[in-house]
Amino acid sequence: MTREEIINTGELVYKKPELLNETPMHYCPGCPHGTVHKLVAEVIDDMGMRDKTIAVSPVGCSVFAYRYIDVDWEEAAHGRAPALASAIKRLWPDRLVFTYQGDGDLACIGTAETIHALNRKENITIIFINNAIYGMTGGQMAPTTLLGQKTVTCPYGREVALHGYPLKIADIAAILPGTCYVTRQTVHTVPAIRKAKAAIRKAFEYSLQGKGSNLVEIVSTCNSGWKMSPEKSFKWMEENMVPFYPLGDLKDTGKE
Amino acid sequence: MAEKEVSLIKGNEAIALAAIRCGCDGYFGYPITPQSEVLETLAAQKPWETTGMVVLQAESELASINMVYGGAGTGKRVMTSSSSPGISLMQEGMSYLAGAELPCVVFNCMRGGPGLGTIQPSQSDYFQTVKGGGHGDYRLITLAPSSVQEMADFVDLAFELAFRYRNPAMILSDGVIGQMMEKVVLPGFKPRRTEEQIMKECPWAATGRMGRTHPNIITSLELQSEVMEQNNLRIQAKYKECEEKEVRYEEYMCEDADWLIVAFGSAARIAKKTIQLARGEGIKVGLLLPITLWPFPTRQIEALGRKVKGILVLEFNAGQMIEDVKLAVGCSLPVEHYGRLGGIVPDPDEALEALKKMI
Repeated sequence: MTREEIINTGELVYKKPELLNETPMHYCPGCPHGTVHKLVAEVIDDMGMRDKTIAVSPVGCSVFAYRYIDVDWEEAAHGRAPALASAIKRLWPDRLVFTYQGDGDLACIGTAETIHALNRKENITIIFINNAIYGMTGGQMAPTTLLGQKTVTCPYGREVALHGYPLKIADIAAILPGTCYVTRQTVHTVPAIRKAKAAIRKAFEYSLQGKGSNLVEIVSTCNSGWKMSPEKSFKWMEENMVPFYPLGDLKDTGKE
Repeated sequence: MAEKEVSLIKGNEAIALAAIRCGCDGYFGYPITPQSEVLETLAAQKPWETTGMVVLQAESELASINMVYGGAGTGKRVMTSSSSPGISLMQEGMSYLAGAELPCVVFNCMRGGPGLGTIQPSQSDYFQTVKGGGHGDYRLITLAPSSVQEMADFVDLAFELAFRYRNPAMILSDGVIGQMMEKVVLPGFKPRRTEEQIMKECPWAATGRMGRTHPNIITSLELQSEVMEQNNLRIQAKYKECEEKEVRYEEYMCEDADWLIVAFGSAARIAKKTIQLARGEGIKVGLLLPITLWPFPTRQIEALGRKVKGILVLEFNAGQMIEDVKLAVGCSLPVEHYGRLGGIVPDPDEALEALKKMI
């Protein structure tokens, strides 16, 4: 039986988005990146924008995002994705332009580029995966690491006297006049995944409509870096991350 | 033939006006002395209302060069400008541009260093420009104008070379030529390419797929060493071709010369005066003026080295280009350096004294 025959034997209720290709992902089992990639691919497909999308990948776990979603990509230097996206969108105003970045890339080394691109009202979307840790380099402390959270560079737990406070980038983004839509979502349950997809779609539409810059933060896990099973890490995220990084829309001026 | 329009403008203004006229799609920059007139001129000209060129003041030189990277990756003609400390900040981006094989133009209006240094002119970024600057094995195609006219002429040339070799091209000048006013005939208007032309000329560019069967990916990353070595070898082969085809230089009074001065940019202007003074005293001196600092006119200097008794390398630095001159001529004749530091421009008679010491 061919793949098509298997599909044709029953009613098709679910399929992988066409833009998500067959390349095996390098992400750890249980990592939310795969889910968010799927949502991004689905939204681009749903919007019919596959031919007019230019995406920018970061340095971090999602450096290879360009291998999985079949749109045109540029791979940026660490933290600089919003600078690339700013130029791309200004030079190709009718394209859907988004960056896909982690917290080390966006909230630490690229803070300046992030804040200035958002506040210049660049008509782009930033997809921000916040897992409170540097995943790719082996689980070091990030600016988003929670107080008390243990990482390989704060093995006794993050403490204010030594490391300062965790940074809430979405809260900063929400007070910038250049931003249109700032939201915080998760992808650890089916309802959450649906909400996150709607948020990504809204952000992409606002950026295409020229309503300003958009930030979609996905509060995530890093079961390898956190040294927990995927199941336990989602529970830890719910109990520790979500109270500090509350979910929902922080700003939505696009409806007006 | 219609009379050509002559303007009296600064070197920095010439860069900006030439950019608008040569079909540049975007300029991204950050203010720094002594080159701020580039961005100021573009802002005053408002080319977005005429040619459609994008002009954006970035939050830093890091952002500027990465905006250039973003634009270059889509096949657009994009550029930035800065001066020495800002150019240092751009080194990472230039390494990425070279690694991802992207064309762009960077204008460096050099000032004295190291550190914050001075805002006065200098040529002390020679090493940084032609020996790498950023990480990895890469080169910058480097043009060194020695007049305001050449500032205007080299913008289009730099773009042509950058696109021919898919590599960043640098216009390396300094505060003398950036700030100096001279008569210039600006280049004629060349329209910006249409999106269709860009997609045809740059089939590698990330423009959005627009019906293409495969996505285009702009990256310098490759984790497999064997593949990464092949990527490097491809880039090196390109550099070899560039070295064979793109060397540019000027010879001045070299036919009967017993002695040779090698100087570029504003130092070459002083060298010409020095040569006139020397010839007034019966000393036959010629000038080899490298226009491309990379690729360097090694063979031409080697050939002239066989005809003269010694070479003086005149630079506004502590002795940088002299290393490449010595590599060209080996130990076959004396090669000396004369230069001033910290933003001081030497007088022609100082250079003449240095020459006489050799003789």
